[in-house]
Amino acid sequence: MRFIALITILLMGGLLFYGLPDFPDWGDPASPASTHVSPYYIEHGAADTHAPNIVTAVLADYRGYDTMFETAVIFSAGLACFFLLRTFRQKSAETKLYRHIPTGVTLRIEKGGKTPAGSEEFEPIDSHWVPYDMIINMTCRLIVPFVQLFALYVIAHGHYSPGGGFQGGVIFGAAIILFAISHDLRSVFRRLQEKTAILLSAAGVLIYAGTGVLCLILGGNFLDYSRLAGLLGVDAVMARSHGILIVEIGVGLAVMAVMVMLYYNLSSAGRHDEGL
Amino acid sequence: MIWPVDLIIMLLVMVSGIGAIMVRDLLGAAVLFGVYSFLMCLLYAIMGAVDVAFTEASVGAGVSSVFFVAAVFRTSRRTKD
Repeated sequence: MRFIALITILLMGGLLFYGLPDFPDWGDPASPASTHVSPYYIEHGAADTHAPNIVTAVLADYRGYDTMFETAVIFSAGLACFFLLRTFRQKSAETKLYRHIPTGVTLRIEKGGKTPAGSEEFEPIDSHWVPYDMIINMTCRLIVPFVQLFALYVIAHGHYSPGGGFQGGVIFGAAIILFAISHDLRSVFRRLQEKTAILLSAAGVLIYAGTGVLCLILGGNFLDYSRLAGLLGVDAVMARSHGILIVEIGVGLAVMAVMVMLYYNLSSAGRHDEGL
Repeated sequence: MIWPVDLIIMLLVMVSGIGAIMVRDLLGAAVLFGVYSFLMCLLYAIMGAVDVAFTEASVGAGVSSVFFVAAVFRTSRRTKD
């Protein structure tokens, strides 16, 4: 089996290298992309959409239809992970661990023992031994808001600097994952439930597609943001700029929620009781 | 593009890529894959594709490493082959 795989990979690699010389050189001014496609965006991008970062203008405006389905792909990746991994059958652990919060002492309760559930002074901890470390907890608690703020900046500032909904959403999701790693899954569920994450991921795709349909209703083409000018109270060019921001927010929401969903399902093997 | 920097990064990309396949410890493979992603991000940045580099840094080197570690945590750390 390994041998067949090796042969296949070598064959595909050989084919890739065989096809490589037909590609235009890096930055070749005579290549088709540089003669027909790029000049239009470079010359008209800022004037058409008020977005100095041409990449954002191309991604969310000129090629907005592609980006919509990219978001749909991310969403379906999240759904696929949910359907593959999520189990609702709870496996009750043999022994349960509880930490006494004021003293930090850990209680180990054998099967059938009385658990201090509902008590304010005890919190359940994972059965894999997780040392309680105040420095890690507090540092991550301190960092997370700033990471989230940076993620919002990346989404909102996508017109002017590298970034956009996708990167900002991933960073926002990473902040929540950092919180989950430094604490445990239970404390992150108290802040962002699984149901909320699923709804948010669907809402992100809905915002994107809904903007497109809104443009369609207002008499334009699908995702032709200049038609939103009347609703937003700005001129057509500025409306395209705002339209880009709206769909970027949709992408950011979807990506953030899907990243968090993936982490929930992967780290707890779909049981959502205790994780990494 | 500064060619010595480019050459060194290319070599490291190959080393970390092959290493990620060959290494027996899956946690090590996850870390090597993160290294590979970060080096690719550097390559994109050198070529001027800053947006792509940003995506690669956040998705490839950041979140997907965490996903790999989480998957290794829930399965086994040793490969069978």
